[in-house]
Amino acid sequence: MRFRIVDQREIARNVFRLRMEADRPVGWSPGQFFHIRVDDGLEHLLRRPLSLCEAEDDRRFSVVYRLVGPGTRRLARKGPGDELDVLGPLGRGFPLHEGDHRALLIGGGVGVPPLVQLARELRKRGVSVLSLIGFRTAEDVMLAEELAECGSVWILTEDGTAGRRGRVTAALEEALEEPPDRFYACGPAPMLRAVQSALAGRLPGYLSLEERMGCGIGVCMGCVHLCRDPEGRTRYRRVCTEGPVFPAEEVVFS
Amino acid sequence: MSGVDLSVELAGLRLKNPVMPASGCFAFGREMSRWYDLSRLGAIVVKATTLEPRSGNPVPRVAETPAGMLNAIGLQNPGVDRVIAEELPHLRQYGVPVIVNVAGSTVEEYVEVARRLSDSPDLEALELNISCPNVKCGGMHFGTDPRTAAEVVGAVKRVSRYPVFVKLSPNVTDIVALARAVADAGADGLSMINTLLGMRIDVERRRPVLATEAGGLSGPAIKPIAVRMIYEVSRAVSLPIIGMGGIVSGEDAVEFLMAGASAVAVGTANFVKPTACVDVLEELAAWCRDRGVRAVRELVGAAGRMGP
Repeated sequence: MRFRIVDQREIARNVFRLRMEADRPVGWSPGQFFHIRVDDGLEHLLRRPLSLCEAEDDRRFSVVYRLVGPGTRRLARKGPGDELDVLGPLGRGFPLHEGDHRALLIGGGVGVPPLVQLARELRKRGVSVLSLIGFRTAEDVMLAEELAECGSVWILTEDGTAGRRGRVTAALEEALEEPPDRFYACGPAPMLRAVQSALAGRLPGYLSLEERMGCGIGVCMGCVHLCRDPEGRTRYRRVCTEGPVFPAEEVVFS
Repeated sequence: MSGVDLSVELAGLRLKNPVMPASGCFAFGREMSRWYDLSRLGAIVVKATTLEPRSGNPVPRVAETPAGMLNAIGLQNPGVDRVIAEELPHLRQYGVPVIVNVAGSTVEEYVEVARRLSDSPDLEALELNISCPNVKCGGMHFGTDPRTAAEVVGAVKRVSRYPVFVKLSPNVTDIVALARAVADAGADGLSMINTLLGMRIDVERRRPVLATEAGGLSGPAIKPIAVRMIYEVSRAVSLPIIGMGGIVSGEDAVEFLMAGASAVAVGTANFVKPTACVDVLEELAAWCRDRGVRAVRELVGAAGRMGP
């Protein structure tokens, strides 16, 4: 499908927010991703999976990405009116649960964006939201204001240049003092592993995984992650179609 | 597609058109059936099937390269018994010939998979994968030495009641020698080419991007190599060829047919665009119509007829 770029700008060091508009309405849920070609040519063949950050309605969305190489640099050069070849939104997003009163959102770096629309959906349902968001340094901090519109936000930086010093896991115990019903986490694998081990057996929740992706539609088997099924067997599951969001207890980190 | 006869015949299989997905780029069809009507395909080629289930390689398994990609999936599949019981029957509804890609670590394993598939009514041909670069033992090992290749092809031919296509590896010095060896061993057709062994290094982390270090290069980057190899082989061996290697458009398909392929398989392009196979088909038909080509068969080998 063709999406038209509304605007894009740098919202943190080397991190861009791209707003785009679909030519027709699409169904979506927070935590899903768009699979985007950075260009129509053949040089950059594979799509980039970018999480849905904000949904203004069924046609207007934003995604947030970090410059990591030539492909994302090409995407960053696009401007208002340019068109993008987009699939999606794809994948399984964050499940919302009836009866939840309090949710803990945990994000690290470019794992923070998908939490924004999640926070909005939770807020709409009257769930009170506490977001713990961690970054390397002050220049990397993003989307704190958007999250603050939906609840409390604790910012952490590894060097202490913004918010508290340390990683999100350092603030976890304090975040549990007013017990949440559920947690939702997205970020680098070491963060997810630390969150999973700190909260295992104490708080149910979900992890949103990232993996180098091929097709995005479940056929290439490129983006698998090891998961444990309820019978205790481990097997590779596809992040693109069976995830990217998985129940935290099912995810196996090697 | 009025006016253009798209049908082709290869190794006794009648295909209503020459376009099919390449093995490994289509899984077993369930996901793709959400994107288009699979009955539009000339044939369906499913993912490599081994005797036992295989979980595949660790991640990262894929990486982009200029006009291409590397993959090292490692033949993840549920094993031949579950493929026969759970995957092949649902493909019958599309009324399209089904080709099952067969992989193994030993000659005995290839033979046993082929034997079990021969007991299933839900397929029309085998594609012998002696060219997977992403598994430690077996795979490409069988496809780089003419004598070993002939041995596995001969053994499979003795048990298979279906025609056997042999998927050739481009990672050889003389692909014609390989093609001749498998032809002499009784192959009914050839699929070419599989991926080229390649590698990418993450310069920030100073190590290979893929968990397996090397992987198979595919996509438009390898197209000229595929065209050249098909051209050479089609002039030396009289077996029908399913051509593949970087096809993304109808014009690419024309190029492969003219090089000597009787049908084409679309691989990596499926990852770029889920509807790639049927898009290539429509473009191929339009190309023929625009140029007054009445039958796609006329194109097969067209580039080689004049002689060098």
